[in-house]
Amino acid sequence: MKQKIGIITGLLIVWLALYSNLEVITDFLVYSVLQLERTSPLTSVIHFFIYEVPKVLLLLTLIVFFVGIIRSYFSPERTRTILGGKKLFAGNVLASLLGVVTPFCSCSAIPLFLGFVESGIPLGVTFSFLIAAPMINEVALVLLFGLFGWKTALLYMFTGLLIAIVSGYIIGRLKLERYVEDWVYQIKAGHNDLAEEQRTLSDRIDAGIESVKEIVAKVWVYIVVGIAIGAVVHGYVPEDFMASIMGKSAWWSVPVSVLIGIPMYSNAAGIIPIVQVLLEKGASLGTVLAFMMSVIGLSLPETIILKKVLKLPLIITFVSIVGTGIITVGYIFNFVF
Amino acid sequence: MIIKVLGSGCANCKTLEQRTIEAMKQMNITAAVEKVTDYQQIASYGIMRTPGLVLDNKIVVQGRVPTVDQIREILQQEIASGIV
Repeated sequence: MKQKIGIITGLLIVWLALYSNLEVITDFLVYSVLQLERTSPLTSVIHFFIYEVPKVLLLLTLIVFFVGIIRSYFSPERTRTILGGKKLFAGNVLASLLGVVTPFCSCSAIPLFLGFVESGIPLGVTFSFLIAAPMINEVALVLLFGLFGWKTALLYMFTGLLIAIVSGYIIGRLKLERYVEDWVYQIKAGHNDLAEEQRTLSDRIDAGIESVKEIVAKVWVYIVVGIAIGAVVHGYVPEDFMASIMGKSAWWSVPVSVLIGIPMYSNAAGIIPIVQVLLEKGASLGTVLAFMMSVIGLSLPETIILKKVLKLPLIITFVSIVGTGIITVGYIFNFVF
Repeated sequence: MIIKVLGSGCANCKTLEQRTIEAMKQMNITAAVEKVTDYQQIASYGIMRTPGLVLDNKIVVQGRVPTVDQIREILQQEIASGIV
């Protein structure tokens, strides 16, 4: 254990040294080693790429490690116990918050839905969880923090939570239980006596390392491709190019972005670097945020998976309510900033 | 012994299935590995995280993909405890 802490401290120091000198290292590589001309657009593309890729990967590694440790304190089973017997609203708030920290994989969305509903957690509360869990995740927050700064990351988190709470609450109030597939309420779930394993701090550190391996292996390609596209746009697309299409003055840009975003399936890692340059080229924050939320939080493939347990009217209601929430957030941001 | 892999067919479930088969091969266990992909059946085991590994109706793994060595250890433990 002592050795483990030693290694981690060492790695943290290396991390800090690398991260705080990225600008210098990039400048050195681009201007001294590659001897590129300072003013050409191609140089700007290469500089952007060499600087952003390691920056985002470094941030990702660090945050995913700590989030992995935090998540080891939570499990869907524990979350279900906490949510048991909670009323609407208080339940929605709690479910949304737990959605952020509970380990969640979209491939487990159905078993989790069944597990929640079967144990008597209200439909609306379950939805708050299912909306928050994919939308607000550490990868999205890291990228937002790294590329836009902490204010945007926090704004994303709070508005995402708000959408999850309000949408779940409305779905709860609408009493849509009859639009859940009939067999769902007839399930007699067996008793699962696989005990919660006792975990030491050392186990939790291992869990953090495990999640770094898993998540970085999964998303690095998206990040590299996303940043490469971003870099090209950064270098070659003229300033203010997006202003007329995705700028504040184009009132229709928010709903259109959301509509385009829903069928797109990408994780936060691929979409955020692209979104960053859209913003740089004159798109407005609200429009961009709405686009991002609809890509990450309202994806068509996930909705199709839900079709196995939900009837069409409920799916349409769900998508409309969350979509409206996202559009509202987009307009508010465009108005305020 | 009846061995079941629970999961809707995502990448993790396939990996778990392969690793279980590999672990059994190493231990000279001959038993069919059954795949359970039906959500209703998966839910009937009371798990909320896939993939799951079930030995004779006892859940031994949920929501993670252990290594081949870890699966061997789990199998050994279950055989030793006489449940299987």
